[in-house]
Amino acid sequence: MLAGVLLLIFLPPLVAKDLCKDSQDGFKVRLSIKTALGDDAYEWNESEMFLFRSTLAYAMRKQTKQDTYNITNILVCNDTQRVSFVFVVTSPDDPDQLIPKEQIEQAVRQNKHRINNAFLLSDMTLEFVGIPPTLAAPIIYDTEPWLIVFGVVIGAVAVGIVALLMSTVSKKRRAKEKAAGLSEEDEGIVKENGTALSGLGGKEGVYNQTFSNDNRFTEL
Amino acid sequence: MKLKLPNPGLEDRILSHDELEHLEVEEAGDRPKWDNKAQYMLTCVGFCVGLGNVWRFPYLCQSHGGGAFMIPFLILLVFEGIPLLHLEFAIGQRLRKGSIGVWRTINPYMLGVGIASLCVSFLVSLYYNTIIAWVMWYFFNSFQEPLPWSQCPINANRTGLVSECERSSPVDYFWYRETLNTSAAIEETGGLQWWMILCLISAWGVLYVCCIRGIETTGKAVYVTSTLPYVVLTIFLIRGLTLKGSVDGIKFLFTPDLNELANPTTWLDAGAQVFYSFSLAFGGLISFSSYNSVHNNCEQDAVIISIINAFTSIYAATVIYSIIGFRATERFDDCLSGNILTLLNTFDLPEGSITQSNYQEALHSLNTTNPDIISSLALKTCDLNSFLSEGVEGTGLAFIVFTEAITKMPLSPLWSVLFLIMLFCLGLSSMFGNIEGVLVPLQDLKVFPKSWPKELISGVTCLVCCLVGLIFVQGSGNYWLALFDSFAGSIPLLIIAFSEMIGVVYVYGIDRFNEDLLFMIGHKPNIFWQATWRVISPIIMLAIFIFYFSTIVTKEIFYIAWDPESENFPTLEKKPYPSWIYVIIFLLAGIPSLSVPGTAVFRAIREYCCKKHPSAPVQEINSGSYKVHIQDEELKSQKSQKSDQKFYT
Repeated sequence: MLAGVLLLIFLPPLVAKDLCKDSQDGFKVRLSIKTALGDDAYEWNESEMFLFRSTLAYAMRKQTKQDTYNITNILVCNDTQRVSFVFVVTSPDDPDQLIPKEQIEQAVRQNKHRINNAFLLSDMTLEFVGIPPTLAAPIIYDTEPWLIVFGVVIGAVAVGIVALLMSTVSKKRRAKEKAAGLSEEDEGIVKENGTALSGLGGKEGVYNQTFSNDNRFTEL
Repeated sequence: MKLKLPNPGLEDRILSHDELEHLEVEEAGDRPKWDNKAQYMLTCVGFCVGLGNVWRFPYLCQSHGGGAFMIPFLILLVFEGIPLLHLEFAIGQRLRKGSIGVWRTINPYMLGVGIASLCVSFLVSLYYNTIIAWVMWYFFNSFQEPLPWSQCPINANRTGLVSECERSSPVDYFWYRETLNTSAAIEETGGLQWWMILCLISAWGVLYVCCIRGIETTGKAVYVTSTLPYVVLTIFLIRGLTLKGSVDGIKFLFTPDLNELANPTTWLDAGAQVFYSFSLAFGGLISFSSYNSVHNNCEQDAVIISIINAFTSIYAATVIYSIIGFRATERFDDCLSGNILTLLNTFDLPEGSITQSNYQEALHSLNTTNPDIISSLALKTCDLNSFLSEGVEGTGLAFIVFTEAITKMPLSPLWSVLFLIMLFCLGLSSMFGNIEGVLVPLQDLKVFPKSWPKELISGVTCLVCCLVGLIFVQGSGNYWLALFDSFAGSIPLLIIAFSEMIGVVYVYGIDRFNEDLLFMIGHKPNIFWQATWRVISPIIMLAIFIFYFSTIVTKEIFYIAWDPESENFPTLEKKPYPSWIYVIIFLLAGIPSLSVPGTAVFRAIREYCCKKHPSAPVQEINSGSYKVHIQDEELKSQKSQKSDQKFYT
């Protein structure tokens, strides 16, 4: 009788351990707390393990939408100093039946973010061996940032070219006006004196022989 | 008894000293002038200091014995670089023309030297501005956090990273795939890459804005483009020295290995680096110097610019290697951490039990207990020196190694922008000289009608160069660029520089040249200049040329390609060139080189033909003025013969 009672008491944990150790539906978990937190690293102890088991139970609840999952459904074994262990999930209805791997994987995947945050870790430092982390969605821009900078640069170049060309054109125009202005002045003086040279005016001013450099008639 | 080749009619072609003095006083003539000495010095410094100082010299320095490389570099700087530089400055200042004008003046048969300079400047401008386009592309992409080359993109069906990127690295992928979109071989054109076309247009646009009116506008631009690189280098030095591992990099760079001095390749590489670094033989320096006043002290300028160039090379090498040291240390740390993690995971040891300091002992003890498990782990060998000597040069250094180092620094977009602005300024200021070497000869050759304003000429030139430069923007563009760089920008320059020295010393006459320098700067050049101009520098040039030519002709030439399908991927694969490339190589290297003797031969044939059939004889007018004209011509030719005879002693 006593033996039977003792067996009954010790059987579940033994069976549980066997379920965990021998099963194919378990996942190995690895935590790198010191790498992630450095000096702020916390100790891994029973309470942390309790938190882990409850987080996983939470994940199973969310995924299966059944509120029956409890901490007793998460069995853990092969605890090492590394801080790595194996866990399995038993069904809430039947403690001897294990939840298949795919379901656990889905549950973990969907709630990885919450599990990470509970432990202040990241995808790199809280590893579920066999469940690769979901990749972050690529950022989609409305306009690529490089096109914006390109637009700014090309705009500045265009403004520069136009400004420089305009300044050349206006310089030439000013030079032309100056030359035309001089010729008008000359014509005025000639008109005042009323000499015959006014007839030689023309569009570009009066040809004043006094200041002429042209000595082609005097070379010989 | 000094050797001097016969050069009839030289007196008629050049301005005499009195005429030069007159020109100086009158300020007549429509030749542009520098606003002040600083503009001239900054432009020359900008032309000489280019991308090569940043990405070629550090690599040469490190691979040829570190600090020991300084010895051949400085020796050849003094005996090869400074004399050639002084020669170009002096001849430009004396004859007051661009490269075509100068050589036509010295002797019409030497016009080929000017034409070769024009060809080389044109070919180099084409591909150099493409490098600036690449810099601009990276610059445009630096205004985002995280930088696009810091992580691999996710593949189409969101299951993992793009495989090409995963097998190589994010920086490699960004450079070869997202920037260049390289094809696997030079034969596959891969089509034009539209984003690169935009960057090429912006590069030529910026260049056009700065060169639109010749030195009037470039003279203003160089205040920024020549000084900004030094500011950025200093900022990077300060930043670099605060990073872990930077001092290791600098130590690695300068650790001397005197055995390298016995290796002739070291001396030849040093000579080639000095020569290319000074941007000699492009014609740009002659042009810039011709805008100076006649009495400008070109001797002092040459020495100052050479010193600045050497200093910049060494300074840039220090900065680059401080950052490379940081990157190598990061890589080493990552490699070691990866190994440690593997060991911890395999043996389920607590975290922190194996650290960098006790890694070796831990590995050894684990190896004695479980050797088979250790060997199955395939641990990587982590050696800091091998990471440091991953000697990269050229575009690989700038766009792969350095950008990777930047992603590991905090505030990476800021450092990226600064670094790329520095590269942009270095490249742009060198382009000013290249374009000068193209525009001025084209004007001297009267290719454009005289009525065209300067703005239109520079616009047309930039447009033509941009259109031809589309070769480098296609999928295989990177391979074409490497081809142009190896052949258009190497052998012809050596030939041109050699011809320049022979031309000035023996055709123009070293005595006349000495007299000119006495007139311009007030004292005759001393024995150092005489020895280097006449003997030492030509011999060095000849030695470098023979070596280069023999290596190219004897070795089988190949190019390295980025081929995702090759077995050694991500290592670049060596591929032989297809046979039709040899035609292109001959055109690139041959046309400029052969135009030096070719023009002389062509001219000689033309003269000979003219003498045989005096075409359209001058109409003999029986008038007094015509007879006087003929008498004048005879007197002139007699005078020139007499003056030539004077120099025959």
